[in-house]
Amino acid sequence: MHDQVISILLTGVGGQGTVLAGRILSRAAASLGWDVKVADLHGMAQRGGSVITHVRFGTKVYSPVITQGTADYLVAFEKLEACRCLPFLKGEGVLIVNDQEIPPLPVLTGASSYPEGLLEMLRARVKKVAIVDALKKAKEAGSAKAVNMVLLGVLARHLSIPRECWEEAISTSVKSEFREINLKAFTLGWESIT
Amino acid sequence: MREVMLGNHAVARGAWEAGVRVAAAYPGTPSTEIIEALAQYPDVYAEWSVNEKVALEVAAGAAIAGARALAAMKHVGVNVASDALMTLAYTGINAGLVLVSADDPNLYSSQNEQDNRLYARFAQIPCLEPADSQEAKEMTKVAFALSEAFDTPVMLRLTTRIAHSQSLVELGEREEVPLKPYTKAPSKYVMLPAFGRERHKVVEERRAKLSAYAEITPLNRVEWGDRRVGVITSGISYQYVKEALPGVSVLKLGLTYPLPKNLIRQFIAAVDVCFVVEELEPFLEEQISSWGLPVRGKEFLPRIGEFDPRVVVKGIGPKVAEVNPALLNESLLHDNSPSLNITLPARPPVMCPGCPHRGVFYILRKLKLTVAGDIGCYTLGASPPLNAMDTCICMGASMGVALGMEKARGQEFSRGLVAVIGDSTFLHAGMTGLLDIVYNQGTTTVIILDNGTTAMTGHQDHPGTGYTASRALTTKIDLEQVVRGLGIRRVQVVDPYDLTRAQEVISAEVATPEPSVIIARRLCALLAKGTGKYRVVGMYCRSCQCCLDLGCPALTFNGEEAVIDEIQCTGCGLCAQICPAGAIEKVVGENA
Ligand SMILES: Cc1ncc(C[n+]2csc(CCOP(=O)(O)OP(=O)(O)O)c2C)c(N)n1
Ligand code: SF4
Ligand code: SF4
Repeated sequence: MHDQVISILLTGVGGQGTVLAGRILSRAAASLGWDVKVADLHGMAQRGGSVITHVRFGTKVYSPVITQGTADYLVAFEKLEACRCLPFLKGEGVLIVNDQEIPPLPVLTGASSYPEGLLEMLRARVKKVAIVDALKKAKEAGSAKAVNMVLLGVLARHLSIPRECWEEAISTSVKSEFREINLKAFTLGWESIT
Repeated sequence: MREVMLGNHAVARGAWEAGVRVAAAYPGTPSTEIIEALAQYPDVYAEWSVNEKVALEVAAGAAIAGARALAAMKHVGVNVASDALMTLAYTGINAGLVLVSADDPNLYSSQNEQDNRLYARFAQIPCLEPADSQEAKEMTKVAFALSEAFDTPVMLRLTTRIAHSQSLVELGEREEVPLKPYTKAPSKYVMLPAFGRERHKVVEERRAKLSAYAEITPLNRVEWGDRRVGVITSGISYQYVKEALPGVSVLKLGLTYPLPKNLIRQFIAAVDVCFVVEELEPFLEEQISSWGLPVRGKEFLPRIGEFDPRVVVKGIGPKVAEVNPALLNESLLHDNSPSLNITLPARPPVMCPGCPHRGVFYILRKLKLTVAGDIGCYTLGASPPLNAMDTCICMGASMGVALGMEKARGQEFSRGLVAVIGDSTFLHAGMTGLLDIVYNQGTTTVIILDNGTTAMTGHQDHPGTGYTASRALTTKIDLEQVVRGLGIRRVQVVDPYDLTRAQEVISAEVATPEPSVIIARRLCALLAKGTGKYRVVGMYCRSCQCCLDLGCPALTFNGEEAVIDEIQCTGCGLCAQICPAGAIEKVVGENA
């Protein structure tokens, strides 16, 4: 049991499906009888801006918001966002990062440039880093949109939530016509960690 | 059954369980999901009202007529509804009336971070502050009961971290609350001065009764810990206190207006030092201090932005540690997060590829016009690279501001000035501003950006879409007719995808010393199907990067030539229209 609260920060770019990933994660955790809290932001942030979802579970959770420097896991759907949210991760925390680059508007318009060598920098600073080509695996599963499921699959291998709970949570959270693709993407993520 | 639920959905559920029959709102982050959810419940009439004032009036009418009713809005919505609110506090209700105010500390999606608990005190109505989704549901039910027991509207005050957080909720059943009889009672509901004077006395008596209730209600409770340190708190701050200072004694207030004076006095007397932890205004602290009781809070804690557990530990932690260091959550004191010492490019929200607003702002910038702006997705036109907005104050302000500018600087100034407003915003609070331009002989040009939806808050319907909140067909109001009816003679409709014509019309209208309206009509790109794809023919591209001035997320420059991401491109064709080399062309054939 988690007397100690587990804090997981999901971050990405509006439209990448972090909110749904947070929802599935919270349902999977809740199905084990844990207390769960999730903090999302809706509204303006979704127009292609940075997005953050906080998920926390354990015997008793108070704050839905994760305090900087205390996240056990940081799951970044994009490299730049991984760097932006790094201050949330605790020293011994695990970083799962999608090896995908989505240039923000200031980069597209030439006002600024996308920094190079981010993965190397992250590796140098964080002890436990899992780099995943989630886009490739998602396409393999049948949809580029299933990046979130691949990353959940990777995260799932680090947590003590049984696989059936995940599958159940995915099945009840996505439309039935996408269930197969999503489950496959989750499996590809799950199997990428040996 | 327990479910992980959004705070706003829990409010909707609570209202449904409490037998609510009528619910009204105008969208606004972080309150929007309440009505969206209520519209899904059977036995509830839920509407998108034209604005918050009307929403509260609809709910009030329903309550006076005997049905439990709810109005929901974001914090600034209560400003709009406040005229109704201040007097409804006098008339009271018949069946329960709950006003949900969703405040936005940290301005995640707002133009200010006002603390609406002050409205509850201003209007002399009870204020409830839930601390998670379960409480949001329960307090909604309590709010209806209180409303009827004390004959008053009740404010349920949420903040973003309650409204938009999810936590476990125990679901209950709907209580069937029959319609209360309606009886005509002019001395109660017709607020002539003579009746108003009498009702004001009732408000005062009610406040005394509510204060007595505040002393005994389980909404306010003490959680004893170390008796040397006490903390008084409410709402989301309670969660932060429990996490940051697990060992202290806590007085958790669920009813934050009126306050339980004796309970607070006893609590403070029972501890050695007492702090107040509340986001934004020192609402509790100032009242408690005014009774001569020793509490401290805002000298250690910010009045700006939102809290988190660390803000609490950093703020009052040192004082608490002087008494007993073991009361602090050790793990929050240090931050050993990995750090990268590089500056990262920002990722601000942007107009979508193909957004119908983009072309208009591109033209306004090109013409170097002064732009009195308004609120909606189009406020993004204020950001780089478009940079084409001078003011944005509140919904509907664009036209009054433009008229004021003209009156200050003369008609000449108006020849380089426009007011810009979205369709939903125009119907919400813009019609009166336009009427004022006509009535007071302004000569400004007003551009109404008609994208057929309330896009910013997630595409809600409004009177111009022809659909209601439950997606039933209704009368679709005709903007041209409305504008003409308000006395504007010069009305034109343009397609914002046609830059040449749009620019001609804007230039001509701005130059004319008569008030005019240009309706830029084109469906929001997220609702439209898309009109094809464009691509850059590399060999023609002159690397001038002119197209990048549009700020389209589908367009970039790879160092040599412009590149279009065909997945994102919706085919609006703006870039092709501004490329001086004719290097951008429509993709024809199979992959178009
Ligand atoms: C009084 C008030 N109510 C609600 C809001 C939230 N809000 C701001 S603009 C807006 C409507 C935007 O719709 P529209 O004018 O059609 O522009 P669009 O986003 O579609 O471009 C809403 C709901 C607010 N800021 N103030
Ligand atoms: S949601 Fe619609 S109106 Fe808003 S930025 Fe996107 S395309 Fe434009
Ligand atoms: S046509 Fe040009 S401006 Fe329009 S969406 Fe495509 S790339 Fe962007």
